[in-house]
Amino acid sequence: MNHPVENQPSSTPEKRRFPWAVAIVTSVFTIGLLVVLGLWMKQSKVTSLEIGVNVPDFSVTTFDGETYTKSALEGKLILINFWSSWCSSCDEEGFALEEVWQEVKSSGDIVFLGVNYVDTEKDSIAFIEKYGLTYPNGPDLGSKISRIFKVQAVPETYIIGRDGTLAAIKIGAFESANEIRTLLQEAGQE
Amino acid sequence: MKIKNKTLLLVAVAILFSCFATPVRAQEITPTVSDDEVNRVAQQLYCPVCENTPLDVCPTKACAQWRELIREKIALGWSDQQIKRYFAEQYGGQVLAVPPLQGLNWIVYVLPPLVVIGGIYLAITIVKRSRKSVIPEETDLVPSPPPASETVMEQIEKDLQKEERS
Repeated sequence: MNHPVENQPSSTPEKRRFPWAVAIVTSVFTIGLLVVLGLWMKQSKVTSLEIGVNVPDFSVTTFDGETYTKSALEGKLILINFWSSWCSSCDEEGFALEEVWQEVKSSGDIVFLGVNYVDTEKDSIAFIEKYGLTYPNGPDLGSKISRIFKVQAVPETYIIGRDGTLAAIKIGAFESANEIRTLLQEAGQE
Repeated sequence: MKIKNKTLLLVAVAILFSCFATPVRAQEITPTVSDDEVNRVAQQLYCPVCENTPLDVCPTKACAQWRELIREKIALGWSDQQIKRYFAEQYGGQVLAVPPLQGLNWIVYVLPPLVVIGGIYLAITIVKRSRKSVIPEETDLVPSPPPASETVMEQIEKDLQKEERS
């Protein structure tokens, strides 16, 4: 008597395949995000503006409430001085700038703009009054202007030519009023 | 007469005190704000001119001015959120210790959890796969009996023969 053991029908479970599609999509998405992040960081990396580049439009609203827009000042030389009340060399430079401003303001061809960099309004106004600065000065709201010029420290001064391009850069404080006059002259000739 | 003198003396003293009294300004009667209160907000902000330095521990003059500004705002009754919003508007979002969910900032919030979840998923998948390759696949087959030993087989044969004879 044979009692053969009957083979039950074998039900082989389906092999679960590795979700390549999900893995590829996830990888591409992650790499894409990292690339975007890298480009963003590269773009925001501090590299100073180069002479000759067209300076993007910006506005400064002074502590007195007057607004100066770069595009509206085209055809004039614009001297932009970034300063702070906490900056140790900004006071001497302020005197020199004021001296030159008194000489050029009547010409109407040159505009001085003091841009107050990461400072408190109370201290800024006290500084302006203390050193008797009369050229237009205003805060850099949201650090938008200093971001355009990629300001790294104060004082820094930029001169925008009559064609709206960057004509001169001075990193650090001017040593004398003469230095300012020379830079303005050079920028005006370009 | 004595009463009159006393009155005059009191008036004179009152006049004398009033001469030394100074007018109290509105700022002086504002509630005093402790350094701890200032630092609670300051530690949520970063120095704009130094690298990666929270405002509460920053030694620069700029930071000292900012801390004073925080003190003034707290004295005016501003909330932490209002002060932080004010600083972000004045000096840009980069002064905030925790960046606001704007522009490309969302990447900072989305990317890390996404990478962690993806990593966990991949790790689980890999572990599952490696386990499957080690453990043999289960089948529904009835297991075959173990082979009988020779003595048992001999005994079975003998029994069968006996049965046939009978």
